Amino acid sequence: MIRAGLPLLILIALAVLLWVGLGLDPDRVPSPLIGKPAPAFELPDLEREGETVTEADISAEGAALFNVWASWCPPCLDEHPLFMELVAREEVPIIGLNYRDQPEAAREWLARHGNPYRRVALDREGRTGIDWGVYGVPETYVVDAEGVIRYKHVGPIDERILENEIMPLVRELRAGESP
Amino acid sequence: MIPELGNLALALALAVAVVLSVVPLAGALRGNHAWMAVAHPASVVMLLLLMLAYACLSWAFVAHDFSVLYVAGNSHTELPLVYRLTAVWGGHEGSLLLWLVMLGGWTVAVSVFSRALPEVFTARVLAVLGMVSLGFIAFTLFTSNPFERLFPAPMQGTDLNPLLQDPGMIIHPPLLYMGYVGFAVAYALAVAALIGGRLDSAWARWSRPWTTAAWLFLTAGIALGSWWAYYELGWGGWWFWDPVENASFLPWLVGTALIHSLAVTEKRGAFKIWTVLLAISAFALSLLGTFLVRSGVLTSVHAFATDPERGAFLLGFFVIAVGAPLLLYAWRAPRVRSVVSFELFSRETLMLANNVFLVTAAATVMLGTLYPLIMDALGQGRISVGPPYFEAVFVPLMLPLLLLVGLGPWVAWKRADAAALARRLWLTFGVAVALCAILLLWLWGQAGLLVFVGLFMALWIVLSSAQGVFERLRRHGGLAGLRRIPAGFFGMHLAHVGVAVLVVGVTVVSAFEIERHVRMAPGDTLEVAGYEFRFGGVREVAGPNFDAIEGVLRVERNGRYVTTLTPQKRYYRVQREPMTQASRHPRPWRDLFTALGEPLGDGAWTVRIHFKPMVHWIWGGAGLMVLGGLLAISDRRYRARRRDDRAIEGKSA
Amino acid sequence: MKVISLLSMLILFAGASVAAAPQEFDNPEKQARYDNMLREMRCMVCQNESLAGSPAELAQDLRREVARMIREEKSDAEIRSFLVERYGDYVLYRPPLRAQTLALWVGPFVILLLALAGVAVYLWRRRPGQDEAALDPDEQARLKRLLGEGEAS
Repeated sequence: MIRAGLPLLILIALAVLLWVGLGLDPDRVPSPLIGKPAPAFELPDLEREGETVTEADISAEGAALFNVWASWCPPCLDEHPLFMELVAREEVPIIGLNYRDQPEAAREWLARHGNPYRRVALDREGRTGIDWGVYGVPETYVVDAEGVIRYKHVGPIDERILENEIMPLVRELRAGESP
Repeated sequence: MIPELGNLALALALAVAVVLSVVPLAGALRGNHAWMAVAHPASVVMLLLLMLAYACLSWAFVAHDFSVLYVAGNSHTELPLVYRLTAVWGGHEGSLLLWLVMLGGWTVAVSVFSRALPEVFTARVLAVLGMVSLGFIAFTLFTSNPFERLFPAPMQGTDLNPLLQDPGMIIHPPLLYMGYVGFAVAYALAVAALIGGRLDSAWARWSRPWTTAAWLFLTAGIALGSWWAYYELGWGGWWFWDPVENASFLPWLVGTALIHSLAVTEKRGAFKIWTVLLAISAFALSLLGTFLVRSGVLTSVHAFATDPERGAFLLGFFVIAVGAPLLLYAWRAPRVRSVVSFELFSRETLMLANNVFLVTAAATVMLGTLYPLIMDALGQGRISVGPPYFEAVFVPLMLPLLLLVGLGPWVAWKRADAAALARRLWLTFGVAVALCAILLLWLWGQAGLLVFVGLFMALWIVLSSAQGVFERLRRHGGLAGLRRIPAGFFGMHLAHVGVAVLVVGVTVVSAFEIERHVRMAPGDTLEVAGYEFRFGGVREVAGPNFDAIEGVLRVERNGRYVTTLTPQKRYYRVQREPMTQASRHPRPWRDLFTALGEPLGDGAWTVRIHFKPMVHWIWGGAGLMVLGGLLAISDRRYRARRRDDRAIEGKSA
Repeated sequence: MKVISLLSMLILFAGASVAAAPQEFDNPEKQARYDNMLREMRCMVCQNESLAGSPAELAQDLRREVARMIREEKSDAEIRSFLVERYGDYVLYRPPLRAQTLALWVGPFVILLLALAGVAVYLWRRRPGQDEAALDPDEQARLKRLLGEGEAS
């Protein structure tokens, strides 16, 4: 009896697995860096000649967003207005990592579309990007006041992700810092 | 208008499929001959309607009707005619339509060739095929309609994926689908036998040629896919253990097990339950493959653009199409008795061992393919299971099987005499060992143990098959007896030799290939395996719908000119995507493979130069397997039986 | 002229910078280690491709990193953990053996053993000579009928 029903049991198990699988996103790869201190870097500042940006600058004023972008990346332009809006509300600072880009092109891009970033670090070789596990520009991280990565999103963010995932976390983190 | 006609034809085909699934089955239940007879015309009408739908879609491609969403997404005015015709199956919706036409074709073939079968049985088989068609037509019509219109119609299409603009890609999917769909016949025969509750050797005999036919199409389809990946993807690899490749490999492994188990069930009436289960499984795995490719559950190079609604539909269909027969199976199986006895050392036991290894291999490939999904579903994080895993677990499972391939055909049914067998085969075995030892001395230190094990297995299979054929011929009085030996015998040995040839190709290319990825400036030379490649820089070429940069590589060996290779980097104007077109110099014992990489400035480029010894043997071996399968289905025994059957039918009529 | 414009398009596609030259080693042992390492690593941005074949920028960067670490005499384990720390186990085509992947690595051999055990039990149960006797007269009659029909049809 058990032997006769075994194939059916296997089928049911398989169907349940596949059904759950349909609801999962195969492109979503969680970062192992979440809960870990932000990887160290010291890179030239895009706008201030001779100055450098380090990982400490991200969380210098409490929890902040860290956004990886480039002027050659069209999806970066899609999420850009959201950042402009966010900065206008002065809720959270955004630090940028300009990834594998030409500084002139990056500056021109910011001049044309607006600059939401408090600081922009220049990662021309993509070396820092590797340390941060960057694989799909744009990427957005939430770093807390202790300099620990709390969240990562790969790809352009949209209204829904910003309001449902990122901002609640940022507000919670920032509320915890300044009682 | 024409696309609407296609849509109408598809809708009518759905209605006919309903009739085909219900009426003959009801007829079989009530013993109504007229109702059962409906199955034959219904199959033909369904096929004609599906062909009409297919023709309408082809017309839309030929006439550049970009108001059809599918055409707009897969064609372009600059696309050459031949690719416009093959673009019909270049995307999800159209490939389903091709799939439907093939399913209709198999159904009609069953209807035509099964006149000799009991009327009730035929009615059930065709009804089951009708149900399968029903599911797929509904899927196409409701979730993936290729005739969907686009308003307003664009002036221009977005072109066919450049990867698919290639001769290999013209025939690879149709062959693969023929194999997938073909297993529906073995499945329908098994389900019909389960409905009737009789798993007799007539059922097994009828299943054999159909299974072999589906299997040879699948073999050819997989081999062509591998061949296409080898020269088109530009990496020089021939098998990537990609989820989609695995999805086609699973039904192949189980189908191969089924071919062997069917032989036992037909000849000896043993393993009936097991054979039924394999027949259902082979088609279930074809469906699973379809689901994996079209649902977006797994990432793969080959996956279609996907949406979850389709996935849900296909999953539901999969559960019903496999679940219902398995319920029937759970009910029937305990009552089916096998009534044959055989001794421990017999062909039956070896066939069981064959099935153990093939099915375990299939389970392993499935485990590796689905494991990332299992991990993810359980919230255990994302992992990748790739070639290193599959090679590590698959190869050990295949080695004992290869030993059996050479031995199996020698072992008698029911009871075999081990001592007598040893007396007949020791010399062959010894020669294989000796030849392998010579190779070992020749290649000392250049190759690992596994290489010699692989080459030994291949030698053993070829020599024992040769001895088998030779002895059989001698028993039948030399070449004059050729006609008295069934074609199936030669088919089996040819397919087994094909396995050996494939093993040689895989072993040699894995052990001795040389892959170089280098920077080359004009005038630079690189020596690979005794061949000198001189880079002459790049030049510009234009194709019908692409521009290309072509590298020029002059190849010499010992100062003598061999060939000039021209790998291209193509830039398709519409899809705006760079594509690598490899250039090769193939010979039976090796392939010189070159591909152009990226520009490095100052006229220098990255260039890939690969030396692939005996790589073509891989596909040659697969080709021999296909030929073996063709020989087996041409066996007179199937046709002769059919004539007898017809004679009987004639008398009783 | 056209070649130049085509070149610029290719470069444009590949991002902002010119491709990196392939990594080459004078030492064949290091070259082999490098080649093997790349084959076992997944390219994160591609659709199921290894680092060895991918023309993607990130793959080029990571090839450079792997080559650097091999030149620095880092062990395979160190190189692997460098990548895993950044991208997770997902980069490894050969999943590491741990509690969650135990079933993956042991599974095939368990399946084989179960299948062999199943066959052994089956063969043991139907030792020659037992089966015919196990049929009662009714069943034998049915068998005869079945076989007869099988031949006639």
